[in-house]
Formats: sequence, structure tokens, C-alpha cells
Amino acid sequence: MCEVCAQDKGEAFMNDDGAFSFNHLLAGLLNVSPVMKQNQPTQNRRETVECSGCQMTFDQFLKIGKFGCPKCYESFRDQLPPILKRLHSGNTVHQGKLPERQGGTIHMKRKVSDLRVELKSLIEQEEFEQAATIRDQIRSLEKEIDGERGGADES
Amino acid sequence: MSLKRFLNQAVSSWMNEDGPASEIVLSTRIRLARNHNRYAFPTVFTKEEAEQTAQAMRTAVEQAGYPLEELKMQDLQGLEKRVLVEKHLISPNLAEDAGSSSVWLSDQEDISLMVNEEDHLRIQCLFPGLQLKEALRKALEIDDAIEKHFDYAFDENFGYLTTCPTNVGTGLRASVMMHLPGLMMTHQMNRIIPAIGQFGLVARGIYGEGSEALGNIFQISNQTTLGKSEEDITEDLLHVVDQIITQEKAAREALVKSSGIQLEDRVFRSYGTLRYSRVIESKEAAKCLSDVRLGIDLGFIENVSRSILNELMILTQPGFLQQYAGGFLRPVERDIRRASLIRERLEMDVSKDKGGSDL
Ligand SMILES: [Zn+2]
Ligand SMILES: [Zn+2]
Repeated sequence: MCEVCAQDKGEAFMNDDGAFSFNHLLAGLLNVSPVMKQNQPTQNRRETVECSGCQMTFDQFLKIGKFGCPKCYESFRDQLPPILKRLHSGNTVHQGKLPERQGGTIHMKRKVSDLRVELKSLIEQEEFEQAATIRDQIRSLEKEIDGERGGADES
Repeated sequence: MSLKRFLNQAVSSWMNEDGPASEIVLSTRIRLARNHNRYAFPTVFTKEEAEQTAQAMRTAVEQAGYPLEELKMQDLQGLEKRVLVEKHLISPNLAEDAGSSSVWLSDQEDISLMVNEEDHLRIQCLFPGLQLKEALRKALEIDDAIEKHFDYAFDENFGYLTTCPTNVGTGLRASVMMHLPGLMMTHQMNRIIPAIGQFGLVARGIYGEGSEALGNIFQISNQTTLGKSEEDITEDLLHVVDQIITQEKAAREALVKSSGIQLEDRVFRSYGTLRYSRVIESKEAAKCLSDVRLGIDLGFIENVSRSILNELMILTQPGFLQQYAGGFLRPVERDIRRASLIRERLEMDVSKDKGGSDL
């Protein structure tokens, strides 16, 4: 490396998100993780899954540490949980924001599961009248969700 | 170009405005990673897909109604890109891309949208001081406006789908830039950095290589993006940042009590170096700037603006120095330029203090 490059590199180089390397984690994951071995029994090891969208194989994904397209998530759905757990403090399910426009029935499904929790606690407190109202709300939401499923296209 | 004019053009709002807790927190950044559901990720996409994504993004941003200007990477000179990187407005990765990569910037440079970096879209909001909630609100608002005309890749179970599995779910990276000279001088960072890891957060130096943190500046950010809501992620970060602020304040107090005169001496020596040196390397400049900023916070120095650290850490990097000089500089020439830019900048404050402008 020449003087200019050396100084460029040394000089107040700014680290960004990239500094946190997935590949570091992955290296450890592939070698030592007993979770992975359990999930990939030896007889299946050869037939590696391939993405229906971009033809990336699961092995390629493991090597690169990056997905090729949104469909990769769908294609590798069964393989991903142990990796996600490792990367996200044990979590595998999104709890955050939903896209307002595309969120569609997911918004309602979340609402239903919130209402179910409420319903349970109302029953425990023997607030049966209120519980009945909540149950009706759940039923009508579920009907709406079923209706949407037949109609609007969701991706 | 005069320094004043250069500064007017170079300094973004988040660098020189005072924000909450700004005696310790320099700035707050929120970043959301998003992708289109029809196109391959930038890892493997074709030229056509890249262009289609950029075009879809253009339509969405224009409809969203934010006054943002698009800078295409292919239209920018190397030096211009470098300056954008040094201002944290684009990533080094984006700067290397040509093709259909671009950045959309607001006038104040508090909003930047990177297109076709690692993900199709990265929404970034930069605020001065500690403003996690405010910056998150702004980023989510922009996110909603774009989603009206752009089909995000989203999965009920995995959340927002990203190129790298480390970002999936919320796609949120919330970071806070902190100036921690007290904790460094009292050797406490070695203890704090691993402790932070237990909360799914990470602390690292933002300037300098490896484990060094030039200017005693650290960036604290979340690592976990899946399984917690955006609000919980920022709340947890805020909680830890508040604790670090308390500890930094305690460390400063202890230093003043135990070795006040030595500390004051160190501050003024550094001030002298910045005020009068003719050649200065970035490492020494960072150390002195940190000392001077601490001196301002402790009341030892009164006639220098507090934004000096944030401003000059950025403006004395190679890209900026060369832009100010109007061309390529060899390393030793940069060190000379750096020294003179710092001297001039400090003089601006001194002359303002005198009420005149003998600059
Ligand atoms: Zn070279
Ligand atoms: Zn794919």
C-alpha cells in the first residue's frame, strides 16, 4: 500500500453498520451450533433448498451471508429460525410495525390476538358481560379476515 | 472560498445545532432498511432490475411530497462522494457503486434516502443531541409516505425483508453518538462495552480503526432488529444511554475533584495546540478537539462554540480538506491544511467574542 492509501485508511476512517459482520457470526454458527445439526439431519444434507425467485441455494446463502431476493425468506423458511435466533437474541417473529397499505389482514390478525388476551383476563376476572362484547368483536374481525382472504391479493 | 462560506455549505443542521443532552450526546441517527417485493436484492440484481428499482423509488419519493433532491452516484466526482461519506450522508458502499445508486437529501441534510445500497432503500434521519423518539417518528413518517406508492417486501412472520439477516424484522438501526472523555480517562469503557452487549446493543468507536475511538467518540446502537417493536428498541437504547450519561457525568466530576488543575492544564495545552500548530495529524487533532470540548463543558473555556468537536471531526477529514483546498492534497499537505482550517475556525469564535470580525 502506498503512503496515500495508508494514510487514507488510517485517517479517521468512519465505521458504519458494515463493521458488524454477519460472516463472523456465521463462521461460529456453522461449526459449533448443535441447533443447526439437529435441524439438518444427515440424510437431508445433500438436497439443499433453492430459492424459487433467484435460484440461490441455502448453502450459497450461508456462504455469502446475504439473501438474493425477498422470496429467499419464503424458500428457506424452515431453515431460518436457528439463524435468526442466534442473530436476534432468541427472537424469530417480527413484533414491530406493519406496512399501512399492504398490511391488510395482518393488522386485523394482530388486533384479534390482542383482543384474545383481553378476553382471557376478563373471563378470569369474571367480567362476563364485557367478555361477551369482546368475543363478538373477535368473531366479526375473523369473519372480515376470512372475507379478505378470498378477495384481495396479498403478497 | 472563505471559511465562513465553506462552513455554511459544509455544516449540516445536526452537526451544529444544540440538541437535548448535547453536553454528552452529539447526535442521534435512525436508519430503516426497506426493499421492493418484486425485485432481487442489490446482492444479485441485474442492471435492468437496478434501474427499475431506482425508477420505482423515484416515483414513490416524488409522490411522498418531501422536498428531497436526488444525487446520482454516477454523476458525482470521487471527492464529492467522499465528502458525503464523511458527513455520514451516504455509506462507503454506496459511494463505490455507480449504476443506479443514488441518495435523496433534504436541504438541512437531516434526511437522507440511500437507493440501491445493500438494500433497495435506506431511510436515514440525523438529529442533533439525544432525540431518539423524534428521529424515529420522522423516519416512520417518511416510511409511511413512501409505502403509499412502493410495494415493500414484507412477511407476516419475518417482518420487513432485508438483504442481510442481521437487519430483518424492523430494519431499524438506532444509534447515538456520544462523547465520553471522562469514562475513557478513568478507564471504564473496557467494562462498559461488554456490559452493553447483554442488552442487544453494541458500542464502538466511530472514528479510527479497530478498537480505537478517536476523539473519545462512541456510537451506541441496537444489534437486534427482530422480535421487538421499534419503540421498544429505541426505549431500551435510551435507557442504556441515560445510564452512560450519568456515569460520564460522575466520571467528569470525580476528575475535576481529584485532579482539577491537571485537567485544566491538559485542556489548555490542547487548546494551544489547535490554536497555534502549523502541522497536525488527524489523531492528534481528534485528541485535542476532545479535550477542548471537555474544557468547554466544564467551563474552563468560554469563547469557543460547543459544536467545535462535531464540526471539526468531520471537516478535517481528507475529503473535506481537499474540497476546501479545491484539489488533491498529499498527506503532509493535508496535515498543514488541517492545522490552518482549525486555526481559522477557532479564530472565528475569538473574533465573534470580541464583537469584531478581524478575520
Ligand atoms: Zn495507493
Ligand atoms: Zn431468492
